Amino acid sequence: MSTAITLKEMVKKPDLLASGHRLCAGCAEPIIARLVLKASRGAIIATTATGCLEVATTIFPYSAWRIPWIHTAFENAAATASGIEAAWRAMRRKGRGPLARYETLDIVAFAGDGGTYDIGLQALSGALERGHDFTYVLLDNEAYMNTGIQRSGGTPYCAWTTTSPAGTVIPGKREWKKPIDEIVIAHEIPYTATVSPAYPLDLMQKARAAFETEGPAFIHAISPCCRGWRFPPNKTIEVARLAVETCFFPLYECRVEDGRPIYKLSPPSLAIAKRPERKKPVEDYLKIQGRFRHLFRPERRGDLIERIQRWVDRRWEMLLEKAGL
Amino acid sequence: MSSQRLLGLNGDEAAAYAIKQVNPDVVAAYPITPQTIIVERFSEYVADGLVDTEFVAVESEHSAMSCCIGAAAAGARAFTATAANGLALMWEMLYIAASLRLPIVMAVANRALSAPINIHNDHSDSMGARDSGWIQIYCENSQEVYDACIEAWRIGEHLDVQLPVMVCLDGFTLSHTMENVLTLSDEAVRDFIGERPYIKVQGHLGEAEFRLDPEKPLTMGPLDLYDFYFEHKMHQVEAMRRALKAIPEIDEEYREVSGRSYRLLHPYMMEDAEVALIGLGSTMGTVRHVVDRLRKRGVKAGMVKMRVFRPFPTEELQELLKDVEVVGVLDKAMSFGAPGGPLYEELRAVFYDADERPLIVDYVYGLGGRDTPPNLIEEAYEGLLEVKRRGEAVEKVRFLGVRW
Repeated sequence: MSTAITLKEMVKKPDLLASGHRLCAGCAEPIIARLVLKASRGAIIATTATGCLEVATTIFPYSAWRIPWIHTAFENAAATASGIEAAWRAMRRKGRGPLARYETLDIVAFAGDGGTYDIGLQALSGALERGHDFTYVLLDNEAYMNTGIQRSGGTPYCAWTTTSPAGTVIPGKREWKKPIDEIVIAHEIPYTATVSPAYPLDLMQKARAAFETEGPAFIHAISPCCRGWRFPPNKTIEVARLAVETCFFPLYECRVEDGRPIYKLSPPSLAIAKRPERKKPVEDYLKIQGRFRHLFRPERRGDLIERIQRWVDRRWEMLLEKAGL
Repeated sequence: MSSQRLLGLNGDEAAAYAIKQVNPDVVAAYPITPQTIIVERFSEYVADGLVDTEFVAVESEHSAMSCCIGAAAAGARAFTATAANGLALMWEMLYIAASLRLPIVMAVANRALSAPINIHNDHSDSMGARDSGWIQIYCENSQEVYDACIEAWRIGEHLDVQLPVMVCLDGFTLSHTMENVLTLSDEAVRDFIGERPYIKVQGHLGEAEFRLDPEKPLTMGPLDLYDFYFEHKMHQVEAMRRALKAIPEIDEEYREVSGRSYRLLHPYMMEDAEVALIGLGSTMGTVRHVVDRLRKRGVKAGMVKMRVFRPFPTEELQELLKDVEVVGVLDKAMSFGAPGGPLYEELRAVFYDADERPLIVDYVYGLGGRDTPPNLIEEAYEGLLEVKRRGEAVEKVRFLGVRW
């Protein structure tokens, strides 16, 4: 089990991602990144795939990163992290250079949904298969936001994006969100977890568990984007909470022990599992986001909302089954 | 000079053996013909505990280079090897490795690019990477491969240089052909390459060595726009200029250890040459043989092997070729739609402003591994002699040994 961490302890730790970066007001990414970094055990090195987090935190000659940090390209955060980890291992073995000092080193890769579900899937799969000791954090804002809201494999069904526009014939994205967590868990890596910035302690505890994991760990964070999802910047946490309360994005951990995946629901989702009447309809989540507005105006598309609800229900039931609930 | 051991090694094995002696921190590689023997042999060294290297068997060449970049950024010595389509898949990362100023070493077993798919040798792969910011060394034989795979670390890591180095060996012609190779002792190699030095930069907490170190954090690979990007590119321009100076210096040190010295260019019979061929790689061995044959017949033929193509040794070439009447360029790659092959174009550019300059013609040859026997080279020299007689080159770009 991971070392228990408390909010009281965490608020005392300095932010390793400094303020003054140029991410949008209301962006969930720096909230998630700061919480993840707070949970680090000490020595840490980060790599970030090309994307909002990267471009907005490191406009030369400024940098918001108080830790050693590298960006190389878009599709290769996992491969870059593999190299850092391999270097650390080799230097430990040889007793050479500053990295040889660290018995534990938290190596973290941040990447968006485009850099994970789509263009970076191969590098991620390779790094997971090879078993590098690193933590991969997927900041899932469900579209290519850095290039201006284009659909990705992580974009949900019916969501409007600039390349899956809601037209008079086609109501937004026609495909379902790719089940990335199942894909990752199928690699039989030791630790996978979903997190939401609406539950900061849960997020930090999982990040700490990921860092403490020997081998690859995967954190999937829902990262509401007020620009792309079309909601006011002061609603970020509310949207991130509704994603969990509607079971659109349930919170859980999966540890693979003796080759078997052991699923465990996290408190916010476990509470719903125990009292199903607490599960909010997905419509509550959809209707506060402009990217789903065409499901409500000019006329209500009950058929599509119902279809999304069935998807949520089915996936939630499957998760409960996996968790033995 | 230290004592040396004679081994029978093909080009790939010579690279692997040199890298074993270098004992880098990280090797990340992916199999591709005709490079595969390098990673196979190296994997055996790892499996037998002969190196301390972390061997990362990546899932693609893109990840191979990404992994090397991550490792080198973390302060490691990192090596990879590839060829053709593998190099093409790395393309994006080649530029990033060079621009992040990471002295990675890579062996490229030169092979024709697809399509149509072809596993044999030409230089279309590495020539396409000539603008990526890597130093490029082309080898004539396995001995040169071995030596270059040792010297490359010192060249790339030189504090005035800090660039990645590509050691190019012709696929199959070198990669799979066994030759005698004189090898240094492990100790001599270790002494020669020493420890990787790091440049000093400004980190968040003051001066830091340029590597990812939790105690001295710095940001690598930031967003760099119109206000600074150009200056950073100028640093790369300058680093290449400095490499021109550093390479012969390091080579001189290597001569003291090994008795072998390579420099930037290898002229042969150039003192009084009236016609000369210039080119890269293993073909130049054949050319030397033909020069001897022609000399016996009284033809004042010479040749220049370019060992280092990046940085381009402009002044040295001007000096070497200014008195030659006709120079033929051997290009084992074609730039489609361009005035000629890459080496031809650059050589002509070098002489554009020169008061004394040779007539220059291009021979594009050997694409897809098309055999280049001595007779074909002789044909090229005949062509140069014809140009010399006429005093002009009517047909400037010629294709050698093709049914056309």
